[in-house]
Amino acid sequence: MARMSYAEALNEAHRIAMRDDPRVFTLGEDIGEYGGIYRVTKGLQAEFGEQRVLDTPISEIAITGAAVGAALVGSRPILEIGFVDFVGTCWDQVFNQAAKFRYMTDGRASVPLVIRMACGAGLGYGVHHSQSLEAWFTHVPGLKVVMPATPADAKGMLLAAIDDKDPVVFLEHKFLYEVKDEVPDGHYTVALGKARVAREGADVTIVSWSGAVPWALKAAEQAAAEGIECEVLDLRSLVPLDEDAIVASVEKTGRLIICHEACTTGGFGAEIVARVVARAFDFLDAEPRRVGAPDIPVPSSLALEAVYLGTRERLLEEVRAIVS
Amino acid sequence: MPARKRTSLALSNKQLLRLYEDMSMLRAFDEKVSERCIRGEIPGLIHLGVGEEAVAVGVNAALQPQDKMVSTHRAHSHFLARGADPKAFMAELYGKATGCCGGKAGSMHLADPEIGFLAANGVVGGGLPLAVGAALGQRILKGDWVTLCFFGDGANNNGAFHESLNLAAVWELPVVFLCENNGYGISQSIHKQQRVANVADRAPAYGIPAEIIDGNDVLEVYETVRRAVDKARSGGGPILIEAKTYRTTGHYVGDSESYRSKGEVAKWQAKDPIVRFEKVLRRKKLLSTALKVEIEARITALVEEATDFAMQSPAPDPAAALTHVYCEGGA
Repeated sequence: MARMSYAEALNEAHRIAMRDDPRVFTLGEDIGEYGGIYRVTKGLQAEFGEQRVLDTPISEIAITGAAVGAALVGSRPILEIGFVDFVGTCWDQVFNQAAKFRYMTDGRASVPLVIRMACGAGLGYGVHHSQSLEAWFTHVPGLKVVMPATPADAKGMLLAAIDDKDPVVFLEHKFLYEVKDEVPDGHYTVALGKARVAREGADVTIVSWSGAVPWALKAAEQAAAEGIECEVLDLRSLVPLDEDAIVASVEKTGRLIICHEACTTGGFGAEIVARVVARAFDFLDAEPRRVGAPDIPVPSSLALEAVYLGTRERLLEEVRAIVS
Repeated sequence: MPARKRTSLALSNKQLLRLYEDMSMLRAFDEKVSERCIRGEIPGLIHLGVGEEAVAVGVNAALQPQDKMVSTHRAHSHFLARGADPKAFMAELYGKATGCCGGKAGSMHLADPEIGFLAANGVVGGGLPLAVGAALGQRILKGDWVTLCFFGDGANNNGAFHESLNLAAVWELPVVFLCENNGYGISQSIHKQQRVANVADRAPAYGIPAEIIDGNDVLEVYETVRRAVDKARSGGGPILIEAKTYRTTGHYVGDSESYRSKGEVAKWQAKDPIVRFEKVLRRKKLLSTALKVEIEARITALVEEATDFAMQSPAPDPAAALTHVYCEGGA
């Protein structure tokens, strides 16, 4: 075990994978000597050279397609796209190309690709650098969608994603990069599709992922002081989804709140509510609640951005309301 | 442009006859596809390669077995030239369980990794970045393949084209970009879509050499692509070849073709690549009428066999629609 940040844990996962397997390489804008805008690839080019840690032009269509094509012929690319907001520029290569190969060839081709992208608000970056777009990816059969919340999961899930034979969209919340925690040494994987009980509780289930997990834990702590015990479930990945873990928790608590940073309408919270209602309706003691952002773009002014991020403060009120 | 070295690239008589037979087979196959599509037996959007056979056959003759090919929505001739099994291909077009992709690909999304045919594409321009990636993968994996990337004139105003050329140039990747310029993007002539006269005119802006060739001359296609492929394989970087050709049938089976005159089509039919090459072979005394009849009989039998196989094959089990979404299986 070593104490390290989420960004350092991701860096270590890259090193381990690239040392173990010469097919693994990484490409992206400013990821070489510069080390990436979040320092995730710091020092990799010095160790592995310019041929395996490729700085690219600002050319998202070509670099994403190049990663897909390289995966298609048997290499193991890890592509960094600095902000998930930029995926619109290369969306065809993600949802029409990467996602479809296995299916359209009836299993004869695969795209073992990891696309790392940063998401999330809170830094005043504004409308083009702050969004949480995970629901888009979950709507595309063929993509896996991974959103770890802790340094240990970041490392273990990135290694699992690199091993995976499918294209994995790996979303990293900007606020998590500097979070430090204990991380196991060496190579290990955290399975995609297995949720983590981040806090046990008997009264309310709070389902969250990525940057919203710390919010849920904080609200749970505050609620505990008021005598309400929340169970916080960190989904870790949305596709595959650990539906059984959600249902098991709701069967225990009878109350469900989904907390995500993304806009509420069409957010993944709606999918979870629908599934829980279908499978565990009789266990519900109250209507499920979605706690997400208002349906607005992310404004730059911190005073305005706080409205977009109002979920953080609202969550405790929703916990109180659902048990009343 | 370097001087032509015809002798070093010279094909044997057997190989020359093979080019003729391959082109004729592609033509017969697509004519059968058209007939069965009009009959309602083959569903979907079907884009034929009639009139463009010299490009597909000339290109493939210049490739090695380990080379990769990336194609477009007009993929039939590329796929067959590369060596696709006609029976499994026809069954795929028919949407049968015995199709090469189990009926999930159809005409526009064909692929066969075993013959290095990486992908057709339903999206104009979608294949160009994939080809750059196949070449990047060659470098990472230390393979010895060259990637041949077909694209149409319609793709050269798409961002994917420009980004792909630039990236391939910056990384000096072994890609041959082969523009099959048939003059039209659906109904719009190339002259309505851009000010530069040639697709090849784009290449120097990215530091890529380019050549313009007669796409209806199978030998010119073969020789030019062969030199480009050899150069790319020896580390010479990417190159763009623009093959001027014409589709003598519509954009898709069922196209009204209201955007062009019968006279224009007839002018190009007079330059039919198969008829032209037949004259070359006859001048060389390689093709007699008796041999032509023999070849035609062989092709007819092959196409009939493929069509019968497709017709008699079972439809896929509906349960197959839910498989191969992920490596673990279904949805």
